[in-house]
Amino acid sequence: MTKLSTKHLLGIKDITLADINLILSTAQSFKEVINRPIKKVPSLRDITIANLFFENSTRTKLSFELAEKRLSADVVNFSSSSSSVKKGETLIDTVNNILAMKVDMVVMRHPNPGAAAFLSKHVNAKIINAGDGAHEHPTQALLDAFSIKEKLGNIKGKKIAIVGDILHSRVALSNIFCLQKLGADVMVCGPTTLMPKYISSLGVKVEHNLQKTLEWCDAANMLRIQLERQEIKYFPSLREYTMLFGLNKELLDSLSKKIIIMHPGPINRGVEITSDVADSSQSIILEQVENGVAVRMAVLFLLAGRN
Amino acid sequence: MIKPRIILDSKHFEITITRLCYQLIEAHNDFSDTVIVGLQPRGIFLARQIQKKLASILKNKNIQCGSLDITFYRDDFRQKELVPNTTEIDFIVENKNVILVDDVLFTGRTIRAGLDAMLAFGRPKDVELLVLIDRRLSRHLPIQAKYIGKTIDSIVSEKVKVEWKETDGFNRVTLIGV
Repeated sequence: MTKLSTKHLLGIKDITLADINLILSTAQSFKEVINRPIKKVPSLRDITIANLFFENSTRTKLSFELAEKRLSADVVNFSSSSSSVKKGETLIDTVNNILAMKVDMVVMRHPNPGAAAFLSKHVNAKIINAGDGAHEHPTQALLDAFSIKEKLGNIKGKKIAIVGDILHSRVALSNIFCLQKLGADVMVCGPTTLMPKYISSLGVKVEHNLQKTLEWCDAANMLRIQLERQEIKYFPSLREYTMLFGLNKELLDSLSKKIIIMHPGPINRGVEITSDVADSSQSIILEQVENGVAVRMAVLFLLAGRN
Repeated sequence: MIKPRIILDSKHFEITITRLCYQLIEAHNDFSDTVIVGLQPRGIFLARQIQKKLASILKNKNIQCGSLDITFYRDDFRQKELVPNTTEIDFIVENKNVILVDDVLFTGRTIRAGLDAMLAFGRPKDVELLVLIDRRLSRHLPIQAKYIGKTIDSIVSEKVKVEWKETDGFNRVTLIGV
């Protein structure tokens, strides 16, 4: 099995375990490449990639752009704040116009769930979902899995907790799909109001006590409270949230074993995680960012290789 | 189908490697400025066997030998299903004499990619190519080896199968006609 089963990367739900393993092993090779003195390889030199970001992003956009440039692809960037979307152009029109300029692949982030899947049915290019609303963020889940695997050696049988705003998080959903396919035990933890109604149907454990969750898990992925997606108040105050679901050094040190702390970024220091935890030796937050470039290179390389 | 023909059996394989080693010593003396780089996936077996042989002839255990993966430098990665291997070069290629090692020289495209891939590790002073088998009639690019184990005349549909002590239990080269 040296080929992906899919032409697009729309979500972790649609890809197989073999796909995930292929991406992770290819990413391992790219990690070696990006640690060389000359970090660039010519694999995608005849490919043009458009990065369409209809929603703000720092890490993902930079990471994709670096991955594309290190594969020698030509890159065009687009962000909705400075485009004709503001003048009322539809998504398909915008993308088709960009494709008319002969673009081979599209990396897209969009506030609407399903936007990438919709696009893949209507335009003739390979689509990579870089986050669609509260739905999926597949490359984040893959880089999280890669980072966990790097630290723990294997994912099968490991206990992974996802803590925070599960309801609005595409990272949570993609992570659940990815980790379960890889054979991990997943627990979600957060306030009841930020827990999707049917979450247990995904086969994950649900917990509302942070201490119990951390005692149980081998690695904890701390999510940000997505205030931009919350139209109503889901909890009385940030201060109360921090008291109940924020991770601080005292709590971390009180655990019987050393667990790995992850965060997809951006961090709200002092809310879901305190500074001393984020910067501690147990945190692999910056490794996640480094691995993100390698994983995205693997995804781009493997998708471009598919005819 | 034509019967497979053995080109090098274990004994001749051994003799060939020894001869290649003496040719290398003639040009590179004590290997103080020379490094060996085997191309993944199969060139590394030859590179390691040569390194071992050189070490026993020269009584020098410090001959540097690395492995280079060229998957990301290939010009045919969208036509073939390629699996990347690891690159392990823990020395600096800058200003060194490099001996690129591969098992079979066929179209020359692998070597072309190997030359590209090596540039990511510095600017070598000099690059030479060593191959076990040279299929001299099938070249697509102007690339020639300096050290050759055996030159064979074969047609494109024929296959050269190299078996290695490390993976198959013995060293042998067979020409398989189709």
